[in-house]
Amino acid sequence: MKRFLIIARQAPYGSAAAREAIELALACALFDQPVSLLLLDDACFQLLPEHKPAAIQQKNLAAMQQSLPLYDIDKIYICEKSMHQRGLHPESLSLEVVPLDAAGMKKLIREHEVVINV
Amino acid sequence: MKFTLLIQSAPIDSQSSATALRFARALLAKGHEIERIFFYRSGVQSANRLALAPQDETNLPLEWQSFISENQLDAVVCIAAAIRRGIVNAAETARYGVEGDNLIEAAELSGLGQLVAACAASDRVITFGGGA
Repeated sequence: MKRFLIIARQAPYGSAAAREAIELALACALFDQPVSLLLLDDACFQLLPEHKPAAIQQKNLAAMQQSLPLYDIDKIYICEKSMHQRGLHPESLSLEVVPLDAAGMKKLIREHEVVINV
Repeated sequence: MKFTLLIQSAPIDSQSSATALRFARALLAKGHEIERIFFYRSGVQSANRLALAPQDETNLPLEWQSFISENQLDAVVCIAAAIRRGIVNAAETARYGVEGDNLIEAAELSGLGQLVAACAASDRVITFGGGA
């Protein structure tokens, strides 16, 4: 068993990156590997509530995001700096997040054996 | 050491697939083992045998095909990522009722579980073309 860290960096809907990062995190959990998710840069926007992607013919990511806790992906980490730069706060996001500063992220990465940037 | 390589961007958009191939060759030359090569996201384009390059340029899918088969390596292309991007084998063309398969012979289509299993079984996982 290995500890997996999936690092997402892209906003939802501009590309398939956000969906494919979550799919990878869910796959790790499905195959019984402990997995954490870190949202960095524009990936912070993934957790804005009330996406309305139907207007651009996209499927809402919320259903997949809400399933993360069901797959034991309890801890979603978020880069504090990225979040603040974008005017976001933990209370304004759709899932519970653990904000991390640079030292916290360094420690998080060190604690995981497999780190995948998506 | 046992390595898993993860390729995430398309040959035409990024250097990373070519870098991954050179890295893979270097690994074998140094006596390391490759547990699996996994193509995810736009990296699945590396397995499109219908991507044609001008004669004086490198055809990366063909290079991957010969590298994988000559060294009898395990190469998996993420099926969900591939189908969305039009990379299909004969079984999938039959399933979806479309014509013209284009997956390189040396790779197989399978799920993300194959990536997770390979990572769990490897000493190192190296990602190429992530974060974009």
